[in-house]
Amino acid sequence: MRVSAQYNAFKTILVKEVLRFARIWVQTVLPAMITTALYFVIFGNLIGSQIGNIHGFRYMDYIVPGLILMAVINNSYANVVSSFFGAKFQRHIEEMLISPMPNYLILLGFISGGLARGLVVGVAVALVATIFAGVHLNNLLIVVLVVTLTSSLFAMGGLVNAVYAKSFDDISIIPTFVLTPLTYLGGIFYSIDMLSPFWQGVSLVNPILYMINAMRYGMLGVSDINVGVAIGMICAFNVILYAFALNLLRRGVGIRA
Amino acid sequence: MTKAIAISGLTKNYPGGVQALKGVDLVVDEGDFFALLGPNGAGKSTTIGIIASLVNKTAGRVAVFGHDIDTELEAAKSCIGLVPQEFNFNMWEPVSEIVVNQAGYYGIERGVALQRAEKYLRQIGLWDKRRVMARELSGGMKRRLMIARALVHEPRLLILDEPTAGVDIEIRRSMWQFLREINQQGTTIILTTHYLEEAESLCRNIAVINNGLTIASTGMRALLTKLHVETFVLNLAQALSSAPAIAGYRLNLVDETTLEVEVTKGQGINHVFDALGKLDIEVTSMRNKTNRLEEMFMRLVETGQL
Repeated sequence: MRVSAQYNAFKTILVKEVLRFARIWVQTVLPAMITTALYFVIFGNLIGSQIGNIHGFRYMDYIVPGLILMAVINNSYANVVSSFFGAKFQRHIEEMLISPMPNYLILLGFISGGLARGLVVGVAVALVATIFAGVHLNNLLIVVLVVTLTSSLFAMGGLVNAVYAKSFDDISIIPTFVLTPLTYLGGIFYSIDMLSPFWQGVSLVNPILYMINAMRYGMLGVSDINVGVAIGMICAFNVILYAFALNLLRRGVGIRA
Repeated sequence: MTKAIAISGLTKNYPGGVQALKGVDLVVDEGDFFALLGPNGAGKSTTIGIIASLVNKTAGRVAVFGHDIDTELEAAKSCIGLVPQEFNFNMWEPVSEIVVNQAGYYGIERGVALQRAEKYLRQIGLWDKRRVMARELSGGMKRRLMIARALVHEPRLLILDEPTAGVDIEIRRSMWQFLREINQQGTTIILTTHYLEEAESLCRNIAVINNGLTIASTGMRALLTKLHVETFVLNLAQALSSAPAIAGYRLNLVDETTLEVEVTKGQGINHVFDALGKLDIEVTSMRNKTNRLEEMFMRLVETGQL
């Protein structure tokens, strides 16, 4: 395919994906805003006022970066896993498979769809945060970089989940039993300085810890992890998962007989 | 002549030991209207799936307009439009969006895609339904939507896997006419169908696949001339009590006004009419007992020979 044709094909997937989640914004964008508002009211306001400051910030302000990134993670993942599995289930993934689009373009199209939803929800949650807490900005470039890399990583995770899924139950297992625990244990609501050395060590195995701390550095200027290391780890995860997902598409796992 | 499809030694083994294709050979010339026939499970859809790259082959060679799918897959795919057996579009999308998006996947710019979508939706009689969600269409409309979608990138080869299954006769006839026009404009068409009169009416060449092997590949006319015996059903004006005797022909009285006559190759039906006329038996109408292609098909599938 010529470059201009590839651009048209990529744009087609992206627009289709954006329209898909925009049509059902009540199910895709609104829930994250409501959930975040509840977190602020319960954890930030009622419980947070008893906790005091962490790293020099009010507890309410301290949890903002993590809550934004949690919404980005969940929505990037959910967008691709449901869209790709839906396409597989209804077999309209075949529309793409029979076309001359290279596999990497299909992958980038779905990643961009997840990224678009992640960014829209991230901005929506940030707007909600401004109502309840102070939204700080230490380094815009780092914030954009972390949100983009994290969103694309979990969009690819959603695609891998959808490739292997054989039923709708299979697309909820990973978010419920892997994603949610890792996110909650990734330091959204606390600094790992508050943990015992053993649990600090255990926390370092959790990849989401690096993302949340990099985000927190971008917004507040504080982090439990060296931000360079954190961003390096996120980049590495992206490269590994990209290669893995592309190989799945190339081999036709779960989508070609 | 350019070969639209050239397949040799195509095999497909599924996990669990099922061998769906055991060495299919097939050649389809450019511009042909080609029938690919076979009983259920013969390997037709697997063959089509491999050509369209929805199924990974085990071994063999497939070339589409000279583009080998192992080395020039993108070029091969660009030549193909596929109408699959099962509905495979997003039921929650409007009709026009399905067609326009398909054009987009082939790299066609949106403005051109919109024009093409209008052209083919009008031709196929779905333009009035362009804003309707696909799930709201009738079965026949869904089949036509898949044809419009397959044509939107204007492929050189259109593959139709049972396109008229479950479609009423009026729509089927209009689809036949449309496909004839598409073929006359230069598009090569490969058709699989269980309606053998459809294949006989539309196609110039034919291949029969059974048990994963090509058991016949020839011209439609050549195939039908190999039919040794045809049975005609004659409707009579007057009731008979027994079948008349005509030397050299086997006649069977089905009921008192319906007579079956077996005519072997080399015999003429005129002689039967002459003989019946001399016996004062008036024939009001006549038809083939079964479709000629159906007889050949059954013979091929049952015996493996013509």
